[in-house]
Amino acid sequence: MGATAIYFTPVVDQARERSIIEVTPNGGNREVFHANIPDDRIVVGAPNQAEPLPRGLEWPNDDLFANTRTELFKVRNANDIVVGVASRIAASSSEGEIVEWTFHLPARGSGYVLMRPRVAGQPFRTGELRSGTREFENFVGEVTERWVVGEQGGEESLAGRIELSTRFVALFEDES
Amino acid sequence: MTRQILALAVGILFGLVIVAAVFFYNPFVEKQRLSPIAVTDKEVVHLSYSVAATDALIYTNDGESRVSPNPPRVPQLWEPTVRHTTATVNILNDSRGRPAGIGVKFSSESEDSSILDGKALVNSVWHIYLPERGSLFMQQTENYWSYIQDIVFPAYRSAGDNWRGNWIGIITAGPGPLGLAWVAGGSGDFTDMDTSAVEVLSAKAYTVKQGPVAMTGELSIELPPVAVSATEQPQ
Repeated sequence: MGATAIYFTPVVDQARERSIIEVTPNGGNREVFHANIPDDRIVVGAPNQAEPLPRGLEWPNDDLFANTRTELFKVRNANDIVVGVASRIAASSSEGEIVEWTFHLPARGSGYVLMRPRVAGQPFRTGELRSGTREFENFVGEVTERWVVGEQGGEESLAGRIELSTRFVALFEDES
Repeated sequence: MTRQILALAVGILFGLVIVAAVFFYNPFVEKQRLSPIAVTDKEVVHLSYSVAATDALIYTNDGESRVSPNPPRVPQLWEPTVRHTTATVNILNDSRGRPAGIGVKFSSESEDSSILDGKALVNSVWHIYLPERGSLFMQQTENYWSYIQDIVFPAYRSAGDNWRGNWIGIITAGPGPLGLAWVAGGSGDFTDMDTSAVEVLSAKAYTVKQGPVAMTGELSIELPPVAVSATEQPQ
């Protein structure tokens, strides 16, 4: 009886939030996530910062990392509830600019997004889902990264949010 | 009557101890001793890092776990949806011990964990950037059952609340074939690459208070052979 109880009692029970998904005509499922800045920024890893975030961070000043910026965020859904975490790595190399995201939603899965270079004059950047796990494993599609400026007293402020708008379609393999 | 109740209580307690011992030392739980990547004839990239939270650039969790966040002022993952998650940022060293890049690891306790099957599972992903080579994404299911059996439990049982020794264990347990992790290349040398990897822990010291103290993690990433196009020999 004890063994049966152990078998049916979950060892881990991840908290879940309702997915807020919008179905777009011929465009897959759209879901918008965001990170409120500065509150949801966990880390800004870059060399020679005057005020490191978090305080006490000792980021390496090695030349190897001179052109690399690593950031970690909490990720929220459209209801402004934290649903996961994400990393953003931006670097410049001989091949050009690299901007990548990895998002991790514990109850759903993770995704790896490669952003394309920003087109001049466009206030956003687009990219593609390169790989995904669990819920995102069979997905293909596009992600748009956009900086939304916050307002304070009717004026623009340094605060704001990074918006990640995903548009994914599931791929199904033919089993025949 | 009192004697009978006492006998019943002792019997239940004894039974629980026996059941717990059988589950914990379950002889049907297999331990993976050799990584398939250890015997590959393909090129392998080895990246190592210190597992100790105090050696990480960043280590954060819910703030109430045994291992304390580092640095202490780092925001904690206290929200219900991320409470069972840890995030770390580490310097990754190459096989000669020189810094090779940055690795971000997100790990969450898995709902597929099962005491009966000897599965203490964690879903994790690595976001890796090696400035001179390119970027990678590694996804894996880790099984910490052997680690708990061989290190954590003995540390709790010891009078000094610690464990010392030499322990090497493969923690990657899928989702790929042969229990390997999946890797997707992002940029540089790894662009469009799809391959396998494994993560191995080498432990020397663990304390109940701090968690891993002297412990190294190593990622071994198999590189697919470079396709060489056949060209006509000049006449």
